[in-house]
Amino acid sequence: MFELLGRLFGREGSKDVAKERLRLVLVHDRSQMSPQLLENLKNDLLRVIGEYMEIEPEGFLVDLQTNENQVALVANIPVRRMKRAFTK
Amino acid sequence: MGEVIVITSGKGGVGKTTTTANLGAALASMGRRVCLVDADIGLRNLDVVLGLENRIVYDLVDVVEGFARLKQALIKDKRLESLYLLPAAQTKDKTAVNPQQMQSLMEDLKGEFDFVLVDSPAGIEQGFRNAIAGAGRAVVVATPEVSSVRDADRIIGLLEAAELPAPSLIVNRLRPQMVRKGDMMGIDDMIEILAIELLGVVPEDESIVVSTNRGDPAVLAPSSRAGQAFRNIARRLMGEDVPVLEPVADEGFFGRLRRLMGLRQEG
Repeated sequence: MFELLGRLFGREGSKDVAKERLRLVLVHDRSQMSPQLLENLKNDLLRVIGEYMEIEPEGFLVDLQTNENQVALVANIPVRRMKRAFTK
Repeated sequence: MGEVIVITSGKGGVGKTTTTANLGAALASMGRRVCLVDADIGLRNLDVVLGLENRIVYDLVDVVEGFARLKQALIKDKRLESLYLLPAAQTKDKTAVNPQQMQSLMEDLKGEFDFVLVDSPAGIEQGFRNAIAGAGRAVVVATPEVSSVRDADRIIGLLEAAELPAPSLIVNRLRPQMVRKGDMMGIDDMIEILAIELLGVVPEDESIVVSTNRGDPAVLAPSSRAGQAFRNIARRLMGEDVPVLEPVADEGFFGRLRRLMGLRQEG
């Protein structure tokens, strides 16, 4: 009841601010991946994608890009050849 | 063979030392043989929290360097029969010990005690590396604040990298009234963010200040709410199934008024 009144008068609990700020800061903190970890990820991706298509390992790039409020995993994966039949 | 548990947090001042002292005292009061290890070399504090500062003769570095035998350096608690402290050195710094030495020390202690609780220094440098060496399990202490949760997240990552089993979380200094008002993160918020198992919740409690002033762990005062929370955590460490309850706020005058108003409206 009082909480509701508080909301009506425009007072947002500061908890939500804290959570949102934490969410962003942790996305950034956690995205500081070591080159080794990134290399592992790359190899795993190669292996998984390789089940579906043949890819060019030389041109294969994986990187984490961060800006103000998001982190994106950006990958460039040149396809050499698609597998003809896929059954699984 | 006992269990070595490191109490850590990243950020300073969130209650690692208080937690270590209270969990140790609680476990010992329930009959377990407990050794508390102060791994904060150069900034020792566990001794004063336990009220044992006048009994120190030898310290952890003396043992590691071979100046004293382990038995000589261990300080027996004045209240609890089965509680011991291995104090940190005050005049040396954290480079006086390395992780290999800590590991072999922990091996020795495991043979003598049911629980070895290691109070880790703040930070993520060598002091932290030393504190986690030889630990079989980690407990992360965090308060419901942005800076503390952020550091806890970093520590959880480092514990994972050190290949310790998944740590569990103690939420310390929770203020139920603020949580209810939406001005403090609650247990669910913390668990959602950190994605680890909850070991317990300790409410903010003035009796902690009093017991620390006196050098008497709060778990030994039956009326302390924080002490009760620490006793429950100790029982969970012993493997008992004790449900975690979110602390409820003391209503206070306005709380009662509010509730009465609520009741009137219903009626």
